[in-house]
Amino acid sequence: MIKAILIFNNHGKPRLIRFYQYFAEDMQQQIIRETFHLVSKRDDNVCNFLEGGSLIGGSDYKLIYRHYATLYFVFCVDSSESELGILDLIQVFVETLDKCFENVCELDLIFHMDKVHYILQEVVMGGMVLETNMNEIVAQVENKISPSGGLSAAPARAVSAVKNMNLPEIPRNINIGDINIKVPSLSPF
Amino acid sequence: MSDVVEKTLTALPSLLSLDSQPGSAKLSSTSKLGNLIRGITELTSKHEEEKLIQRELTSIKDQVSSPNTSMRQMKELMVRAIYCEMLGYEASFSYIHAIKLAQQGSVLDKRVGYLAVSLFLNESHELLLLLVNTVLKDLQSTNLIEVCMALTVVSQMFPKDMIPAILPLVEDKLNHPKEIIRRKAVLALYKFYLIAPNQVQHIHNKFRKALCDKDPGVMTASLHIYLQLIKENSEGYKDLTASFVTILKQVVGGKLPMDFNYHSVPAPWLQIQLLRILSLLGKNDQSTSEIMYEVLDESLRRAEMNHNITYAILYECVKCIYTIQPKSELLEKAAKCIGNFVLSPKINLKYLGLKALTYVVQQDPKLALQHQMTIIECLDHPDLIIKRETLELLFRITNGQNVTVIVEKMLDFLRISKDDYTTIDLVGKVAELAEKYAPDNEWFIETMNTVFSLGGDMMQPDIPNSFLKLLSEGFDSDEEDRKLRLFAVDSYVSLLQSEPNKLPQRFLQVISWVLGEYSHLSAELEPATVMTLLSKLLDLKHTSSETKSWVLMAMTKLCEGGVAISVAQDIYETHSSSMDTVLRQRAQELQHLSQDSELRGRVLPRDAGLMPLEVDSSLSFLDGFVSEALAAGAAPYKPPHQRQEELAQAKALSLEPYSLSLPISMSSCSIADRQSPTLMSMSSGLSGDSTDLSHKGGSTTLKLDGVKRVWGREGYLAQREPVEETAQVEVPSPLRSPSQQAEADSTQSQTPTPTVTPELEQDKQQLASSLFVGLGSQSSVCLMGKSDPTPQRFRRKAQGRASSSGASEKTPTSLGSTPSPVDNLLCNSLLDSNLVSEPTNQTPQASQSLDTTNGNCHEELTDVKENNPSLIHNNEEPDKPKDLCLSSHLPTELSGLSHSEITPLCSNQSVNLSACHVQKEDSLQLVIFIFNSSDSALQQMQLQVDSGELKLSLITDSPVEEVRSHSVAVCHYSVTVKRPSVHVEVLGMLSYQLPGGTPQTIQFSHKLPLTTFIRPLTLSTEEYGSMWLAFSQDTKQNLTLINDDQDPLTTTLNVLKKKLQLHVVEIIGVEGIVACQLVQDQPCLMHCRVHAGTLAVWLRSPVPDLPDCLLYHCQRALQEH
Repeated sequence: MIKAILIFNNHGKPRLIRFYQYFAEDMQQQIIRETFHLVSKRDDNVCNFLEGGSLIGGSDYKLIYRHYATLYFVFCVDSSESELGILDLIQVFVETLDKCFENVCELDLIFHMDKVHYILQEVVMGGMVLETNMNEIVAQVENKISPSGGLSAAPARAVSAVKNMNLPEIPRNINIGDINIKVPSLSPF
Repeated sequence: MSDVVEKTLTALPSLLSLDSQPGSAKLSSTSKLGNLIRGITELTSKHEEEKLIQRELTSIKDQVSSPNTSMRQMKELMVRAIYCEMLGYEASFSYIHAIKLAQQGSVLDKRVGYLAVSLFLNESHELLLLLVNTVLKDLQSTNLIEVCMALTVVSQMFPKDMIPAILPLVEDKLNHPKEIIRRKAVLALYKFYLIAPNQVQHIHNKFRKALCDKDPGVMTASLHIYLQLIKENSEGYKDLTASFVTILKQVVGGKLPMDFNYHSVPAPWLQIQLLRILSLLGKNDQSTSEIMYEVLDESLRRAEMNHNITYAILYECVKCIYTIQPKSELLEKAAKCIGNFVLSPKINLKYLGLKALTYVVQQDPKLALQHQMTIIECLDHPDLIIKRETLELLFRITNGQNVTVIVEKMLDFLRISKDDYTTIDLVGKVAELAEKYAPDNEWFIETMNTVFSLGGDMMQPDIPNSFLKLLSEGFDSDEEDRKLRLFAVDSYVSLLQSEPNKLPQRFLQVISWVLGEYSHLSAELEPATVMTLLSKLLDLKHTSSETKSWVLMAMTKLCEGGVAISVAQDIYETHSSSMDTVLRQRAQELQHLSQDSELRGRVLPRDAGLMPLEVDSSLSFLDGFVSEALAAGAAPYKPPHQRQEELAQAKALSLEPYSLSLPISMSSCSIADRQSPTLMSMSSGLSGDSTDLSHKGGSTTLKLDGVKRVWGREGYLAQREPVEETAQVEVPSPLRSPSQQAEADSTQSQTPTPTVTPELEQDKQQLASSLFVGLGSQSSVCLMGKSDPTPQRFRRKAQGRASSSGASEKTPTSLGSTPSPVDNLLCNSLLDSNLVSEPTNQTPQASQSLDTTNGNCHEELTDVKENNPSLIHNNEEPDKPKDLCLSSHLPTELSGLSHSEITPLCSNQSVNLSACHVQKEDSLQLVIFIFNSSDSALQQMQLQVDSGELKLSLITDSPVEEVRSHSVAVCHYSVTVKRPSVHVEVLGMLSYQLPGGTPQTIQFSHKLPLTTFIRPLTLSTEEYGSMWLAFSQDTKQNLTLINDDQDPLTTTLNVLKKKLQLHVVEIIGVEGIVACQLVQDQPCLMHCRVHAGTLAVWLRSPVPDLPDCLLYHCQRALQEH
């Protein structure tokens, strides 16, 4: 099960926080800080898995993260999840964000926090992976944003997006300076 | 920087127009959030941010509660509140509005409301109850989006108690035509299963339906449930194996629609899930495993595409193959796969490869051997995670030969690791390896020194504890023990001489204990030198007071000779005024014991670690002190439960003052209850004196017994099994011949290595051969591996020691002191088992006779024909007159005393046996009459009596051997109680011979109520008080009060007095104290109090079971009244 999904920027500012297991408010902030501390220390040429953050729970837990430009996407999972599977799930999530926001950047996440949450809700529901098909996710989210479109409108949108499959991995670290808000492109789709 | 921000913000509108969401309203609402964000980014300090957010929250609060706020504004406000909460500022005022928004708004408003609710609240939040109705309504809605939202919020968090309310609706959704609804419903049900499994018990067949759903998405969702169910109970789902295999086959075969492909891999997450389920099902099950071999092979074959996700599938495949019953073909392929992982330049794959290796190394250590060079490289990898994973792998393959190298590597890692979690974990592993495989004393002590200094104060407390235990208990050879201890002492002295201020507290404690205990072993070491070294520790700034008391304790053991005593004197002066009472206590002890070396020798004998410590758990040595205090007017000690009870009584009406001790479960309750006072005194003794005790007691008092044993003799207990397996099967015997060794080395060095410079390569190969020594692949070695191959240096002595010390811990049982609760328990269980086993020891006839309440018998006659029923009837009639005549046969010394009714014991055609008893003050006199009813004399008569509970001694001068025809012989016994029981029983056997006949025997049993042994115990109230405190066995219960009089307490006590011969010591108000004794000298005290219409009775005695038995008789007496 996925215990928490944290997105923060290079400075540790939270951009999206979603806990699937209850933690008190101050505990959550502590977890964010600790996770940032653990993740930010790591180079980009090391593995994407981390074990044993003491706060979120001992040996059974793993942090699986990806670093895109200014943002860290961290999934905290227990041993019942596949490491590489989650790593690709993050990729799916980011690609979906990119599809929904067209060249997603940190600002999109800040100003459309609610929408990011809706997208996430279609990917992970209550800690379980619900959907991994990007087009399906987009269809679900778009449906709800324009309810008049109805569910039947989905396939057309989905079909149009099919071309974008088989994308290369998003390059990271298009880093420009160290300002809080940057608008680098997340991916060169 | 500011102009960059400005640029960003000017770019904002264009950015927003890029946004796919249309509508100008959205833009204006975002701009307010934009203002907030702009504000935050312009800030320079945390403090300013706080101020800004507080201002923001106040404005949100105002707007939210104003009635004029439209839904659209509300939505925007919620998003701002979510933002503030995300930054860690509480916006609890908005929670209720979030719920309202979810209740009232349009679909879009609802969505924001639900989102806010699911982010703000948790499962146990009370406001969540307000949401239940909304969820109910939305679940029934015809709008699919509303249903989806409701299901999402339900799976995110829903109050456990309210699940039944929505369960039927969610179940209905399993049949919904839209697959997305079905899918979400399945996940919601899974969530319910997780939080309240019993509530979804009845819909397990619906899960099966979901598994067979025509939509693969729904089926995928149902796998979450099955993974969980199978994890909990794999046996129950074996029948589904074939279905899972079929599904996997279809997925792998590309039968799913293209939509499910990800990077042209068919439904990879589904495959992963299925492989996990299969590995759980096939574990330890040959037939189930066989079903899946084919599909696993297929999966391995198909997953050849070079993408992350295929590796994810491969990894699961490999793990599955190694988990289920092995098949050599598959194992080969899986091994190759692991090789690909380990050798991969991609770091993530390397990590997983190492993980897989760690997983399989128990079954296949050769695999580690194959990849030894890669493993060596990973040891020097810049990524700490990879390094740690490698060490984990090495830990699994450690044996007696490579332990030094591996431990060295682990310690190297520990020196650079900054992560607490890793440190704790690794330190434990090193300690385990050191204990298990240490090649010699020096290495062991030095390694443990490093462990203690690196592990610091974070490490598991078990590690120093078991280290000290190991030192003090020693091993098989005394000489070795001495050497080990001596080496420890030497190394600690040199540590203290160099830089003691860098050592962690735990280590200092270990050092001081060892020096205190064993520094005398070193001939050239003066106690004064050690004292001075230790006293430096006291002056260190960061030494904790716990450590200080360890140090002081060590000094107390050492202070011998002039210099040492003067050091002790100095220490005493500095610490006798310490603010810490424990330290002050220690300082006092140091002072006193340094003055009186004889006393010190007694209190702290040398090598006391091997002596079992006797614990007087009743603290009887304090009796004098207590009675003095009581005489001086101090209030008697009341155990906490009594105090609490009184407190409760003072406060309010407490209708159930004593815990639920029902008459039926009398004994079981009392066993638990009775211990409390003793345990109390024991724990209070320990808490005040814990360090003291642990010093004195050495190993036995390190209090390891209560601690959960994680680190056993053999290492970490939880992980022990698999490691043991490796050791036994794979590790070659250390007795390998040099030629074999060389052979192994040569094969190892033959393994292909990546291109590195020759010297480096040589280094690495050397390292490899030292790391992987003992993991040989030669079959000859494996064959030898059956015997315990690890030369366990530190083999602890057998556990028998512990048990023997446990047995010798018994304190002498006398009136004043009481056995410890452990002993009591033992006694009780012994008693119980005796009671149970007694009948089986006897002949079946005897056990039958136990059933009757009074004397009974069974004859063993050789000629059964004569034994006709009429005889028995005949015998009964002359009973009465015989009674009279029998009483005339009472021994002269008893003739003046009143005797009980003469009861017949047994009879046959020639003998009648009967008995009566006379109560004397110090004993019970039992008289057995043997009446010869035959016409000839009984010869060679022998009467044997015995009882488990009683002590019988014959008073008659000489045993009667012959009884003439129609005359009576008398056997007179004096009886006292050995062990109380509700009814005590005398078993007897009479053997005799009629002239010219064969020898005959007749058996009987005679029951005596315990009351016949009870005598009043005349005491004063003061005596009562001091005795009460000394007794450890106690029982409490409520008895019925005889309520027909003005003073029910007095009446009741008088009844008891009359029936049971108790002595009423005093009656004060509603309380009465009563005393009695069981012959001989076994006192029992009773405290009675009238409470809520019942008589609350509390009995205490030093004798186990006596309170219970007496209570039983009190109950009987009152019922009969």
